Amino acid sequence: MSIVVDGISKYFGNFQALHDVSLELPEGKLTALLGPSGSGKTTLLRIIAGLESAERGRILFNGQDVTALHVRDRNIGFVFQHYALFRHLTVAQNIAFGLDALPRRERPSKPEIRKRVAELLEMIQLPHLANRYPSQLSGGQKQRVALARALATQPRILLLDEPFGALDARVRKDLRRWLRALHDEFHFTSVFVTHDQEEALELSDQVVVMSQGRVEQVDAPAALYARPDSRFVFDFLGHVNVLSGRIQGQVLRQGEAWVRLPGQPPEQDAQLYLRPHEVRLVPKPTPHACLPFTVEAVSLIGAEVRVELSPAGWESEEIWEVGISHGEFARQPLARGDRWYATPDVGHLFLAHAEKPDTLHWEPAHYLEAAGSGI
Amino acid sequence: MRAHTAHRIASAPWIRRTLISLALVITVVMLVIPLVVIFAQAFSTGWQAYMDNLADEYTLHAIGLTLFVAALTVPINLVFGTALAWAVTRFRFPGRKLLITLIDIPFAVSPVVAGLLYLLLYGRNGWVGQWLGQYDIQLMFSWPGIVMVTVFVTCPFVARELIPLMQQQGSEEEEAGVVLGASGWRIFRRITLPNIKWALIYGVVLTNARAVGEFGAVSVVSGNIRGQTNTLPLHVELLYQDYNVVGAFASASLLAGIAILTLAVKGAVEWRQSRIKANAPDEEPKP
Repeated sequence: MSIVVDGISKYFGNFQALHDVSLELPEGKLTALLGPSGSGKTTLLRIIAGLESAERGRILFNGQDVTALHVRDRNIGFVFQHYALFRHLTVAQNIAFGLDALPRRERPSKPEIRKRVAELLEMIQLPHLANRYPSQLSGGQKQRVALARALATQPRILLLDEPFGALDARVRKDLRRWLRALHDEFHFTSVFVTHDQEEALELSDQVVVMSQGRVEQVDAPAALYARPDSRFVFDFLGHVNVLSGRIQGQVLRQGEAWVRLPGQPPEQDAQLYLRPHEVRLVPKPTPHACLPFTVEAVSLIGAEVRVELSPAGWESEEIWEVGISHGEFARQPLARGDRWYATPDVGHLFLAHAEKPDTLHWEPAHYLEAAGSGI
Repeated sequence: MRAHTAHRIASAPWIRRTLISLALVITVVMLVIPLVVIFAQAFSTGWQAYMDNLADEYTLHAIGLTLFVAALTVPINLVFGTALAWAVTRFRFPGRKLLITLIDIPFAVSPVVAGLLYLLLYGRNGWVGQWLGQYDIQLMFSWPGIVMVTVFVTCPFVARELIPLMQQQGSEEEEAGVVLGASGWRIFRRITLPNIKWALIYGVVLTNARAVGEFGAVSVVSGNIRGQTNTLPLHVELLYQDYNVVGAFASASLLAGIAILTLAVKGAVEWRQSRIKANAPDEEPKP
């Protein structure tokens, strides 16, 4: 079932939580609503569910206007952030609740309900806990029960509010994989809210980035990471290194640091955004960039070596981060206090008043010849 | 453990012993002895005299009236308290905070003052009373007046028990219920009610104890008509003023018995609630 959000605005008193939000969530896809706290993502999810009403705008399921339809009649599955399991009912009774609540003519018979609950318990791999109470379960188990309960009535839409927020890292990874598999098997339309960018990028088919009640960007995870549309999305998704300076001629300059730009924009202030993997470290400046740094810290844990750098002879609001492979690090080790130079392969230039960046490419060959071996 | 506690401030053995003895002495002198004396006095002329005193026509009527008033008051305040707690914990509306404060008025106002206010409003010369008098309806100096002031005096108990609990539990479970397609009544019966059950019982026990024992407010509006508007606490006073000490204490022993029963039920409910809490620890158990 596809979901269309059409011009939704929502106020809490004088505070506007959502500003004219419009979205299309295609059928059978897993969509992430990603944003910092207070961005309106949970409010939007609750409006889609019908738990909250909007001042303006419409919600459509499969082209049908459901704005005025009561949440009870929307037949959606909803998983709450803190599970909201019924504390005085057993696991099996919790899962059966939605089936028991169906109107008489749609309600399956008692044995059928029992069978369906048994199947769902099997699916969440907790058949041995059927008669336990929620307080006797771990966080991960509660989350599975909440999912089974939401899926019992076979909804075509599954909404999840920060589904893995309260779980520890290992359980979270397991559950993510499990949810993805479940989604691929049953093909319902899923929307989940998260503030964890890694979770959003790993799990979803489509990411909606929200900020201050507005949609910043809607894209597939890979496209979103490679081509952020705005400064906000850049800052929010992963680490970004920024050179703020002034363009004079072909060069963006600040203090001792400069980068030669491929084009020739008019003189103005500008910012160059660089992802940690789009930067290389070299022992000497290259013909197209001179970004001097002092090595602050080297972190060896993880799939790659993370190097933290502080600018030398110029200024940056935040520390720079560059990732290099363990192989490269073994060939040319960096130590704290060393002077190195950064040089970009790809960069994203925000001109003074531009909302969107221009993506720039530099030819790697240039500096390899000029500067000898680089990292 | 013992070695550690000894180092804490004011936990030196002599301080501990002094405080405990002081508390014990006060409890015995102020609470236990009077309670024992009630029963001692009631039975001072033997079991038969005790039963005769209780079997007195006016005493039986007072018992009946008291139970009747409680039987009306408790359900009224049960519904009122639940509705009020629901309203202030589940909805946001202007004046919500004020309403939570207003509910405490009966605790703050002396019952006698409450009785006088009702007399002023609903009495024969009162604003509402005059109007009702035209239709031959008399509230004061009859049982409706007694019920009205008793409801007033006891209305905070149920709401006061429910509000903090319902605030703490939040409305997520009810939202989960409605998403799963349950009707409002079904949600109340299967989710809300079981969650607040013990607090509700606790509130009812307190309401009942107060409704049975209320003296001040009832004394003002009842008119003390023997065999008509005399509740048990009023009856105790009347008997005592008639120099029927044994009779007064026999009736008082009934009230004391109800109080002891209330304490027992209250203790049982509290024990039960603490067990529920112990079964639902805040930390997550290991998987």
